[in-house]
Amino acid sequence: MALSTKHLLGIKNLTKQDIELIFQTADNFKAVLNRPIKKVPSLRDTTIVNLFYENSTRTRISFELAEKRLGADTINFATSSSSVSKGETLIDTAKNILSMKVDMVVMRHNVSGAPHFLANHIDAAIINAGDGTNEHPTQALLDAYSIREQHKSLQGKKIAICGDIMHSRVALSNIYCLKKLGAEITVAGPPTLIPKHIDSLGVHVTYNVQEALEWCDVANILRIQLERQNTPLFSSLREYSLYYGVNKKMLDSLKKEITLMHPGPINRGVELSSDAADSHHSIILNQVENGVAIRMAILYLLAGKNE
Amino acid sequence: MKTILDKRKFNIVIERLAHQLIENHYDFSNSVIIGIQPRGIYLSDRMVPYIEKIIGHKINYGKLDITFYRDDFAKVLHVPNQTEINFSIENKQVILIDDVLFTGRTIRSAMDAILDFGRPQKVELLTLIDRRYSRQLPIQADYVGLVIDSIVSQKVKVFWNEKDKKDEVILINENK
Repeated sequence: MALSTKHLLGIKNLTKQDIELIFQTADNFKAVLNRPIKKVPSLRDTTIVNLFYENSTRTRISFELAEKRLGADTINFATSSSSVSKGETLIDTAKNILSMKVDMVVMRHNVSGAPHFLANHIDAAIINAGDGTNEHPTQALLDAYSIREQHKSLQGKKIAICGDIMHSRVALSNIYCLKKLGAEITVAGPPTLIPKHIDSLGVHVTYNVQEALEWCDVANILRIQLERQNTPLFSSLREYSLYYGVNKKMLDSLKKEITLMHPGPINRGVELSSDAADSHHSIILNQVENGVAIRMAILYLLAGKNE
Repeated sequence: MKTILDKRKFNIVIERLAHQLIENHYDFSNSVIIGIQPRGIYLSDRMVPYIEKIIGHKINYGKLDITFYRDDFAKVLHVPNQTEINFSIENKQVILIDDVLFTGRTIRSAMDAILDFGRPQKVELLTLIDRRYSRQLPIQADYVGLVIDSIVSQKVKVFWNEKDKKDEVILINENK
């Protein structure tokens, strides 16, 4: 058994079997992470560079931790302190790093398609840690894995994705991933933040967050990606919060218990109120914990040679 | 192809190994049994209930997957099995169980893996088949079901009733 792909560029080109293999491998790594010695030597001969062209807290720490738990050597790269500010191109930067015998690249970039572009030009395995508004595959995998942990299976589960769907790579990867695993999806948010024709991906659309919450088993609340919005798409954050934010009162008014997720970072009081984020509905910190196991599984499966 | 252990002898050997363990570990109060995934657990799954029946109480029994500790990771990708060790091995006498001892590399990985769970007082090795003269590492078993002399191109295959619907060990010549 092996993944059908050499790189993890997006969920779009993974098969259902790939996703299940990643989950199954992650189960084992999660067990390793709960041992007194949280480390295995599988990747002790592998060197991995974390190439981050955009800010990150969780994803970057999570990847670095996953790499170290697997015994790999890691190099961290941030654009602000590198020669990128002197005008070096992406390919040159990558080729120079790889000539120092680096085996894998974990990459985040503000331009959609940057990892796909790099994959055509270098030999090393590439893992997309978020590219522009396109995909964030490891986040989608850890989201689906966390739902699977709570609800056993994703088949037929109703998932609402609420917030800035237009600019969110988490939304797109989540839609691909959850659809492949048999879940039903509704996206909810202001009309200006929901792309036209998104229903062609096989999702329901609503502009009413309360309605989406009443329908779903799991709600994944996304952040407003202000850094990617060039023109104003809603009048103010206060107004957004009033009409599209999720709070504890809304959760309590539902007739059933729903699971609340957020990929982080949370803008408390905007898309999600503090009392909701810290309530028993929330599995936000489980998501973060599972992130390390999922990333270990992906690194492990992509670093190994196929049988 | 040659049968080296038939059904009748198969069970006698397993029972003998169980008695040897009891002889050295008495009531297992300070000893634990760890089967090595995937094929070692067929042997340990047989031995543990047999030992428990004789000594009259449960013993600490775990399963260990060594996938993440292998030294051939860069050559082949193995899909891991479950590790279940729900007790402390600190200062315990650990008995590792596997079906065939060949190059010794699996056992090397297993020793690395087991040390991540604590510091045992002693580690012993029990194996159904010992393929003598084919070791690539200085590793020996403490309890052996059957010693065979074979060359590297030959294969030893252990069939288990639970999985393969028969108990048998055969020696296969690869080029035949």
